[in-house]
Amino acid sequence: MRKVIIGNHALSYGAKLGRAQVIAAYPITPQTEVVELLSEMCASGELDAKFIKVESEHSAMAASIGASATGARTFTATSSQGLALMHEVLHWAVGARTPVVMGNINRALAPPWTIWTEQTDSLAQRDTGWMQVYAQNNQEVLDSIIQAYKVAEQVQLPAMVVLAAFVLSHTTETVDIPEQEKVDDFLPPYELEYKIDPDDPHAFGGLTGPDGYFELRYIIQKAMEDSLSKWAEVGREFGDHFGRTYGLVETYKVEDAKELIISSATLASTARSVIDYLRGKGKKVGLLRIRVFRPFPAETVRSLLSSVDKAIVIDRNISFGSSGIFYQEVKAACYNEKNTPPIFGVITGLGGRDVGEKDIINIYEDVMKQDEPKSDIIWKGVRI
Amino acid sequence: MKLSIPEEEVMGQGHLACQGCGAALAMRYALKAIGKNTVLSIPACCWSVIDGPFPHSSVNIPLFHTAFEAAASTASGIKAGFEVQGKDVNVVAWAGDGGTYDIGIQALSGAAERNDDIIYVCYDNEAYMNTGIQRSGSTPYLAWTTTTPVKHPKDRPKKDLISILAAHRIPYLATCSVAFPEDMITKFKKAKDIKGTRFLLIFAPCPPGWKSNPENTVKIARLAVETRIFALIEVENGRNWKLTKKVRKPKPAIEYLKLQGRFRHLTEDNVAVIQKNIDEEWKILMDKVGE
Repeated sequence: MRKVIIGNHALSYGAKLGRAQVIAAYPITPQTEVVELLSEMCASGELDAKFIKVESEHSAMAASIGASATGARTFTATSSQGLALMHEVLHWAVGARTPVVMGNINRALAPPWTIWTEQTDSLAQRDTGWMQVYAQNNQEVLDSIIQAYKVAEQVQLPAMVVLAAFVLSHTTETVDIPEQEKVDDFLPPYELEYKIDPDDPHAFGGLTGPDGYFELRYIIQKAMEDSLSKWAEVGREFGDHFGRTYGLVETYKVEDAKELIISSATLASTARSVIDYLRGKGKKVGLLRIRVFRPFPAETVRSLLSSVDKAIVIDRNISFGSSGIFYQEVKAACYNEKNTPPIFGVITGLGGRDVGEKDIINIYEDVMKQDEPKSDIIWKGVRI
Repeated sequence: MKLSIPEEEVMGQGHLACQGCGAALAMRYALKAIGKNTVLSIPACCWSVIDGPFPHSSVNIPLFHTAFEAAASTASGIKAGFEVQGKDVNVVAWAGDGGTYDIGIQALSGAAERNDDIIYVCYDNEAYMNTGIQRSGSTPYLAWTTTTPVKHPKDRPKKDLISILAAHRIPYLATCSVAFPEDMITKFKKAKDIKGTRFLLIFAPCPPGWKSNPENTVKIARLAVETRIFALIEVENGRNWKLTKKVRKPKPAIEYLKLQGRFRHLTEDNVAVIQKNIDEEWKILMDKVGE
């Protein structure tokens, strides 16, 4: 069924089709529509789930972890300050190996108070062990939630699907909402091997000294590495079921490209139309959209960069004292590679400042005038 | 002979509690009453150590360790997880006073306001004992702790958590003492059969933290009741307050205080103020219980 819905409702439909059994969430702008629709779905019986209307995001995540550890499929959604408040328990979800699935609406952090989009909230959680997928449209938001359940439950790591505040969260788009039966075919029920069960009592997360903790972290990293092929596999399998295939990255006109624009989420979809414009001007430029950020598809990124002369990473986020975060990751992935081209890092659109096609063309033209990057940040659009 | 306390031990041997630990007694009695169809959600507290390090556990029921402020919220999630799978399991959040009066009060208040179907137990040893005796919101007036040294002892009374919980109008709330196991077990059994948020506060002396002799744990806990410092009560729906142990002839507070090194610095004047506070608080309580 095709429906015109906002990105937030795409998250709600994703959770519903994924048959989330326990939902624990707290409202925050611009996430509220996600939980409003889920509340209605639970109240009407359309979704057979228990909705815990918690008093904070910290409790939302703690409750999700508890429910997940009993073998129930869980969902929550948040944004910005709420995600930051969850930080401690984001680590807990990973250490406890609970495959909680969450939607996060990218909103810039305060102060000053702001509600507009920026990716620093979710990227600041990159070292927690959560898998992260950055969606570029509402269809991908819905589809990624369903895929996230499948991957998360296979590798027993939590996953967040990330979308831009307002640009997606409050923008209506046509979305194909798959039939429940087809989703059930694709996504089997959640089966947890080690769960909280009075018939088989165990302690979970008990004190572990240097003799054991190290190995548990090694195993988490192995699960994360393993998840890379799972995302690719599940993305292909999703295509077989629903006609929409997803990869770790998405490329556009890269085959003969001499320059690569690299970005994520909605900035990348703006960049795609710029590629067509620049190609029309005879420029051999292609697009690399990084969809799965954790695990980071380093090998794919390396191999794509090895055949170009220049790469430009456009970040709507910042790691203060360093640079744009996708830029860091791309550079780190390519450092030991012989054929790495110069990589330029651009920071733009912080706090939701609009980034249009002209801005991206401008970025491209600026970089074309330079042989090597002079610093780790090329600021674009800052009025200072 | 009919035993008033169930014979079955749910808690096993080999726990890591200190000698004379009130919290270990508290768990033993509580589990005798609630039984094996129970899950524990335990935040950072003495019990996250007492249970034993991985791969050991001294309770023969599932125990989920959670973050300091998350005993109640994790328990709510565990309960919801069981409910959607059609499983009827007692879910118990089991926290110390730091995790209850202070860092965990938000999640506890949230769960209580929603009336989530969990049993929340606070074993109260009146300071952060697991981290080495730092003051908490539960530390009594003028008590020594490592963060309220003798020169600057605690200048505020213990937080009235019972009234805070009563104000949430939860179906059942009770105080217990490790010196009165029959009373405790009766209350836990009653709590077990009630739906909604149930809160039980257990007075649990800590010999290393209170600087008392391990052999005096039960004696001190009993004296706390007999001096009217700690009242054994029940509150139903936040309104019906009831005293479960009447104290007709209270003993003077000094009998309780003198057994504990944490009060050793008190002057006669200090003790007089403490006695006055106890008498006043008792009157306030008697108004509530209607006696």
